[in-house]
Amino acid sequence: MKERFIEAILFLAATSSVFVTFGIVWILVKESIPFFAHVPLGEFLTGTEWTPLFENARFGILPLLCGTLLSTAIALSVAIPLGTVAAAFLSEYTKPWLREILKPILELLAAVPTVVYGYFALLFVTPLLQKIHPDLGGFNVLSAGLVMGMMIVPYVSSLSEDAMRSVPGHLKEGSFALGASRFQTIFRVVIPTAFSGMTSAYILAISRALGETMVVSIAAGMQPNLTANPLEPAATITAFIVQVSMGDLPHGSIGYQSIYVAGLTLLFLTLCFNVLGLWLRQKYQEKE
Amino acid sequence: MTTNTNLNLRAEVKDLSFSYGPKKVLNRVSMPIYENRITALIGPSGCGKTTLLRCFNRMHDLYAATNYDGEILLHPEKRNVLARDVDPMEVRMRIGMVFQKPNPFPKSIFENVAYGLRVRGVRKRSFIEDRVEKSLQQAGLWSEVKDRLPSPATALSGGQQQRLCIARALATEPEILLLDEPTSALDPISTTHIEELITELKKDWTIVIVTHNLHQASRTADYTAFMYLGDLIEFDTSDKLFTTPRDPRTENYITGRFG
Amino acid sequence: MSTAVLQSERAQVLDMRANIRRRQWVDLAFGVAGLLALLFALLTLLALIIDLAMTGVPRLSWEFFTNFPSRFPERAGILSAWVGSFAIMITTACCAIPLGIAAGVYLEEYASKNWLTGLIELNIINLAGIPSITFGLMALGLFVYQFQLGQSILTAGLTLGLLVLPIIIVTTREAIRTVPNSIREAAYALGASRWQMVWDHLLPYSSGGILTGVIISLSRAIGETAPLITVGALTFIAFLPHPPVMAEFPFLSFQWLKDPFTVMPIQMFNWVSRPQPEFHVNAAATGVILLVMTLVMNGIAIWIRYRFRQRLKW
Repeated sequence: MKERFIEAILFLAATSSVFVTFGIVWILVKESIPFFAHVPLGEFLTGTEWTPLFENARFGILPLLCGTLLSTAIALSVAIPLGTVAAAFLSEYTKPWLREILKPILELLAAVPTVVYGYFALLFVTPLLQKIHPDLGGFNVLSAGLVMGMMIVPYVSSLSEDAMRSVPGHLKEGSFALGASRFQTIFRVVIPTAFSGMTSAYILAISRALGETMVVSIAAGMQPNLTANPLEPAATITAFIVQVSMGDLPHGSIGYQSIYVAGLTLLFLTLCFNVLGLWLRQKYQEKE
Repeated sequence: MTTNTNLNLRAEVKDLSFSYGPKKVLNRVSMPIYENRITALIGPSGCGKTTLLRCFNRMHDLYAATNYDGEILLHPEKRNVLARDVDPMEVRMRIGMVFQKPNPFPKSIFENVAYGLRVRGVRKRSFIEDRVEKSLQQAGLWSEVKDRLPSPATALSGGQQQRLCIARALATEPEILLLDEPTSALDPISTTHIEELITELKKDWTIVIVTHNLHQASRTADYTAFMYLGDLIEFDTSDKLFTTPRDPRTENYITGRFG
Repeated sequence: MSTAVLQSERAQVLDMRANIRRRQWVDLAFGVAGLLALLFALLTLLALIIDLAMTGVPRLSWEFFTNFPSRFPERAGILSAWVGSFAIMITTACCAIPLGIAAGVYLEEYASKNWLTGLIELNIINLAGIPSITFGLMALGLFVYQFQLGQSILTAGLTLGLLVLPIIIVTTREAIRTVPNSIREAAYALGASRWQMVWDHLLPYSSGGILTGVIISLSRAIGETAPLITVGALTFIAFLPHPPVMAEFPFLSFQWLKDPFTVMPIQMFNWVSRPQPEFHVNAAATGVILLVMTLVMNGIAIWIRYRFRQRLKW
């Protein structure tokens, strides 16, 4: 009897994570529905202005979407090459004892609080970039994106390295036995074999970059800006949510609803990339 | 030890010792490898036969704390493949290897066989196609796979996979082919296939094979080396070694009294 | 052999050597690239630490810890922020640790393979990819307005608790998985019930791994900012939460759970967002404290993991 009771409690604990997901989706959808009663979906998706807090409020998500995708693209263009090369190096070039030291140190990059990264982007990286490009403003997407990229390097490198190291040794031996070099073995055998695991790493990194909040809030400015120029300031979806939350918005107002809509959009975006990753993995596994 | 002067030497192991960290695995081994002949390495497990085989293409270089002492000379130019200034890549380009467990890459059948050419930088499509077909034919696999070259190699049966690995090694025309217990992971029918194939390959290739199966050695090999605890006890033609062994340890082993 | 054949053979050998040399160069170049990638990452970390320390460390003083925030940068301190961080950490730990360990034990030891456990496992993996700020939005809608918990320490603690829950679940499962089956069989053979086996054997033997997960998750929670902003953290608090102990019966008070809050990362965010450089110094000083705390916690976690791997050879 006692055993059954304990098992029931443990089971409830295990389902809690499902309730969290359910709660997130439910609340986001619930608070967004009244918003769309007020703003047509077409205007929301195609509008080029996002000014929910102005007298003459406009609700076009494109500027926020643009800021989010731009900062994510910059972050990934840093994190994916750097993380993948570092992973290949750790997995195929270093001795085990050195790897045991380097990997945890690299993982510390992901342990630094994001607000500290925001400080670093605004007050270290931006001034540094201004030395190269004097016209650069104090707030810009570039420095925020670069710092975000460094921040997510460990997500790419750690999981990729795990995937590469789990490639069976006899496959690597087979490649070397045919006269392949280390580089050839990495690119022709190890990476294709580890690709599925590496995709998970990339997807996690993309999710992190899309959802990253503090770095962009601090260093990229908070003005919604429909631009592809990384030297300009811009707001991401997350930065907008922060901006509104810092103020005092009455529960139920259109401004309050707009952060839920923004959150829902962000979640949807993350979901899209996850589905894409899943599809890529499946497609690749079929090919095998 | 008998040396046969009527045959061309393809390679020569001279005073080869090998150690794994502090553990000595091979102890001053010397033996000839004759051209277009099959040489079998036999002995109880842990005797160093696989270690010796993996010296031929410097497989041990992939791991830390290994130490070679002595020479393996590749004839006719007598190049010592163990020399420090010889890159293992060169050795492995010249000496092919097939492993105990079939290890096809997770690529298509075609790409598996083409792999060795590709890593050498061969780009000419027609050349690669010819070579893939020829190697698959030599490995006796062509008729089974010719209609599904682009399909994944991992979908083949174990025996087919091993023949694919043989074709993969043949595609680059190695000077010596090393086989490390190539049938130990296979069922009896596939084993027969591979054994027939090995005998067939002798016409064009020089083969060194490690086996724990004495019948396999006596059936396929022209020469057999019996190893025990890192020492080469006896090297002779298979006929002599299996019928009139000179060393009592060889006799004990082949009559199944130990190991 | 004719000279022509010999020559062509020599040409082939030369060709092979050139090919090998070329590939050796590529190997070397890639190795250097890998080393540079690692060095660049480590240098970034180092630059961040040094930059923060140079600006922030001189600002650290006793008053910095005992002063409330202020309009005057030189008088401002982080008293309410660190007390808030501390209170929220306790709430988070109380929520996430039992829940996470229980869930981990269930999934690893009790759950049978069916669609429900499959769903739970998939869900835990996916939770890691959900942006933290959406946890904040969920908490604002659910805890603050639906459950009327207010913009309080309790709400904040629960939010972070749910956020770090997957970390604890995953590390608990990994830790339990390393206990060999022979231990389970030995316990059952002596007549232990499932729960006795878990409580007397599995949990003690895997405590190192679980502890690692707990520390990592708390270090994550301590630096987390975004969801707390959404939940409604204040940036300017000049009072402390109610004390947890009272002079009269029942001596313990949970009034503090309902108090408004701020935390160190939010205080830092507030300061770094101001234009005056004097406030940036305050931000740097707060950053130093945050950085030291998270790095030390992660260091301890790495050390524990290392020690356990050394000690436990089953």
